[in-house]
Amino acid sequence: MVGRFAVHRNGNSKCAEFNDSGVVAMVESCMPSDTSAIGQGQAVAVAFRGGATLEGSVIFENLELLMPAGRWTSLLGHSGVGKTTILRLIAGLDAAVEFKGDIVASDGKPIGPRVAYMAQSDLLFPWASIRNNILAGARLRGEAHDTLRFDALLERTGLTGHADKRPHQLSGGQRQRAALARTLMENRPIILLDEPFASLDARTKAQMQDLASELLNGRTVLQVTHDPAEAARLGHRIYVMRRSGLHSEPVSDSIPPRQVDDPECLRVQGQLHRFLLEAG
Amino acid sequence: MSLRLSLLGLLGVFLLVALWQAVVSLADLPRFILPGPLLVLEALWVNRELIAGHSLVTLAEVLMGMVLGAALGFATAVSLAYSPTARNLVRPVLVFSQAVPVFALAPILTLWLGYGLLSKVAMAVLIIYFPVTSSFFDGLMRTPRGFLDLAGTMGASRGRQLLLVRIPSAMPSLASGLRLGAVYAPIGAVIGEWVGASKGLGYLMLLANGRVKIDLMFAALLVLGLMAVLLYVMVDRLGHWMRHDA
Repeated sequence: MVGRFAVHRNGNSKCAEFNDSGVVAMVESCMPSDTSAIGQGQAVAVAFRGGATLEGSVIFENLELLMPAGRWTSLLGHSGVGKTTILRLIAGLDAAVEFKGDIVASDGKPIGPRVAYMAQSDLLFPWASIRNNILAGARLRGEAHDTLRFDALLERTGLTGHADKRPHQLSGGQRQRAALARTLMENRPIILLDEPFASLDARTKAQMQDLASELLNGRTVLQVTHDPAEAARLGHRIYVMRRSGLHSEPVSDSIPPRQVDDPECLRVQGQLHRFLLEAG
Repeated sequence: MSLRLSLLGLLGVFLLVALWQAVVSLADLPRFILPGPLLVLEALWVNRELIAGHSLVTLAEVLMGMVLGAALGFATAVSLAYSPTARNLVRPVLVFSQAVPVFALAPILTLWLGYGLLSKVAMAVLIIYFPVTSSFFDGLMRTPRGFLDLAGTMGASRGRQLLLVRIPSAMPSLASGLRLGAVYAPIGAVIGEWVGASKGLGYLMLLANGRVKIDLMFAALLVLGLMAVLLYVMVDRLGHWMRHDA
């Protein structure tokens, strides 16, 4: 067993790192300096294949969407094209459609229990403190939570000092950061994002994109969005969904999050925009 | 409430009292038909001990009814929300029982539970039970979809989802049910007292009416009204506290 625990001595907080033979080192702080310490499970690829109908009318058919392991996949499309339906089907949520096809993970294990979900509305419980919101998963399962992990996430999302506030006392950006912390607290390998930044102003949005891209790095992410700029900044892989089907837009190898004024990023954004405007 | 609104409210009360006095003076009504406001205040002062004693009885009935009725309504709504079987079993009965005017049950309750406190408390319980049950149940069935999705992906059990998401989410609905209950509860207790009692404001009003002491009857009515308003304000404060952004 290897891990860390906090040590409080003379009012100072230090961190002891230990393995099976005992404590091996004392370091200044238990706060992880890099995001990898926030941890993740084994990365897993997800494949979605099939079609969906709603009361006999086709929503989409013969669709193939591949989410590479540990990568960010953006699914771009205008409203009502069925993006959210795909996301809900992968999450195992009630999608109100008839689905024919299969959704499989590369390791063959079920997907639903390994998913963390973040929606456009922050879905923070208005009656609960930010702390209890971030710990909602553990509370809802009746499990003990990881205090070190909670503190680390609170710091990484810039919410230290806000843990005992209620959601309505926070700004829109802070609320989405709390929702991100809650998502990461779950420590699931597959992350489904349903336009979580759509209602934020341009500046807050860009900051949230940077933060999410950094903190979710190494997990398999599917982000549904109607914003070409967002897809161009964040996606390792970008799909455009239209009535006629799915188009995979080639992206450069540069590592997301790409700069907002990066020429290649802007070129891809323009290309995606054009694709959305074209009929079909 | 702002000072301006409070002043306007006071003015309204004053105008009503003035109108009352004007009607009494101009129509020259005898005091055994409609006594003037001053006479009522006088009766209130003269009979203060009598009225206070009866008020306490009615207040006790109403408060006990509120607490018991709210607790029963809470429990019913939660079990209906939790179990679809219970829902299908009980819902038609609940709808039917709401169609029966509870006041009509007052004589039977008095027959079964006697002339004492119990039959009035039961009356208040019955009256509060239905609004609390139905509005809280409504709230429990209307948890925002997103909250349930989130709890679903987090692997919440049905019980914990109810306890940590659906019940807190429905608190504002419970508050509005309680507000309705607070309005009806004193009516329930007083009607119970009319049917048969030896104590309480309802009993006192009936007694005063029979002895043509209309000023005393109005004094008792005034106290009853004040009590109802006070109860409403208290429950309303509680409702504010139960609001999510409080």
